[in-house]
Amino acid sequence: MGFLDRLDKGLDPVGPDIMLGTVEDLLNWGRSKSDWYMHFGIACCAIEFMAVNAAHFDLMRFGAIPRASPRQADFIIISGTVTLKMAERIKRLYEQMAEPKYVFSMGSCANSGGPYWEHGYHVLKGVDRIIPVDVYVPGCPPRPEAFLEGMVQLQKKIRHQEIFRKREKMSPEDLKAIEDRKIEMEKQYQDYLADQKLKNQEIG
Amino acid sequence: MAERKDIEIDFGRIEAQRTRLNLGPQHPSTHGVLRLEVELDGEIVTEVVPHIGYLHRCFEKYAENKTYPQVIPYIDRLDYITSMSNEIPYVLGIEKMMGIKVSEKVEAIRTILAELNRIASHQIAVATFGMDAGAFTPFLFFFRDRESILDIFEKLSGARLLYNYIRIGGLMNDLYPSFKNDVLDVINVIRKTNAEVMDLLIDNKIFIERTINIGVLPADVAISFGCSGPVLRGSGVPFDLRRDEPYLNYDKFDFEVCVGKGEMGTLGDSYDRNIVRYHEMEESCRIIEQALKILPDASEDVRSAMPKKVAPKGEIYAKAENPKGELGFYIVGDGKNKPARIKSRSACFVNLSALPAISQGSMIADLILILGSVDIVLGEVDR
Repeated sequence: MGFLDRLDKGLDPVGPDIMLGTVEDLLNWGRSKSDWYMHFGIACCAIEFMAVNAAHFDLMRFGAIPRASPRQADFIIISGTVTLKMAERIKRLYEQMAEPKYVFSMGSCANSGGPYWEHGYHVLKGVDRIIPVDVYVPGCPPRPEAFLEGMVQLQKKIRHQEIFRKREKMSPEDLKAIEDRKIEMEKQYQDYLADQKLKNQEIG
Repeated sequence: MAERKDIEIDFGRIEAQRTRLNLGPQHPSTHGVLRLEVELDGEIVTEVVPHIGYLHRCFEKYAENKTYPQVIPYIDRLDYITSMSNEIPYVLGIEKMMGIKVSEKVEAIRTILAELNRIASHQIAVATFGMDAGAFTPFLFFFRDRESILDIFEKLSGARLLYNYIRIGGLMNDLYPSFKNDVLDVINVIRKTNAEVMDLLIDNKIFIERTINIGVLPADVAISFGCSGPVLRGSGVPFDLRRDEPYLNYDKFDFEVCVGKGEMGTLGDSYDRNIVRYHEMEESCRIIEQALKILPDASEDVRSAMPKKVAPKGEIYAKAENPKGELGFYIVGDGKNKPARIKSRSACFVNLSALPAISQGSMIADLILILGSVDIVLGEVDR
């Protein structure tokens, strides 16, 4: 499954170690194994998340390291009841994160409002109403094992993501703009070369 | 030659610009979603304004719309670290209104579970307080041992954090066979870890120097704010509902009410509040040991006194000593199956109100420690 598994297949004991694969695979393998997260702990689920982070369940073996700033985080964990007063903050923090970014919705409250679905006049009925969610972990609160399963799913998602092949999905106008830009840059380069040549001749 | 001039410079007072700093609602050290608006003069805190309401989950509205037994899960979610203890004042209040008498075994089990939960809560409090001071290892130690307490709760109720185990007139189900041994094992583990943490953190010179003489809460100020629990006892006031107004069967047990003595610094500082929590864990172990001795061995139906229909009439204020302080419920019933009104008096909200008073004049770095020593849970502050 992992990128390093390919090493075993083509390993030559005498010759140089060559591993064939795409750059995309390498990048995705690296990204999925070093997820830095920002923990947005709100309610009960945050306590379970603290247990996930502590010695017994040890989240860091997945390569996940806590960051306090959204600028440095790959994914954000929304754990707890999102109130209307808080929703604005979550949206702003999500917008501050750098692409590519992922969202982890932990617990019933963040998924759908949970037990506060019916009469919760101050509760947002699911965090996916304001930001796109990648992984939903059910439970009130979810068991730590459930959270770890979600973590595995997120890694799987990252590993199979397309980074470079996105171009095929682009609109014709965008592709034309890229081609035009290419031609323009080529022209600039040729001009530069000609310029240099002229200068060299002058010196020579 | 130029004439010499005397220049007068006024060094009397240099006006520094005051800075307003926003701390939270998402901050690793605010213990939840509390937002503090801090006014700073250089590094000195001149004003602290707590902004709450980021976790207002409409508890009182839910209490009016659910039947009496259905309210218990929402009470679990008030102070989500101490769910077992939260259920006790509510259940006791309804039982008193309806005149239900529970058996000796049920009372003993409730006591044991409440004290186990007190240990779990204080473990989190001391662990996060140590983390605020920069010590990460005790956090790992305490969370490892807390798992063994949660395992017992899970075997009993099926849930790790929010139990819904203590019911009106009884319990969800009877104990499992090896309960006594499990609890005794856990007590041994807790005592061992506490001794380690004493060496590692509480008795550490750096930790002591860091926490003494900050956030001093004098006894009269604590009483005037209505503080309770370790915050009040840390100021040297020996007030504990378990001893002063016994409920369940606390009057049968021999235990001490831990108070702050100001042995390292000033009476009522952050160190005292923390050391009270630390010593209370040992007292809880003592209570559990005594309760296990009077716990009847014979299995009995713990649901026998549970009423078929819960529709009390009248009003009552029921309170209990939670790990955080006095948790009270004012319940108004009008003879229907749903409560007319439930007002909860939460200890965290009242304790938090003392924060602006005790953090004035401290350094900005100490503010985090002072907040940690008050030990709030925002679920109970905002309800």
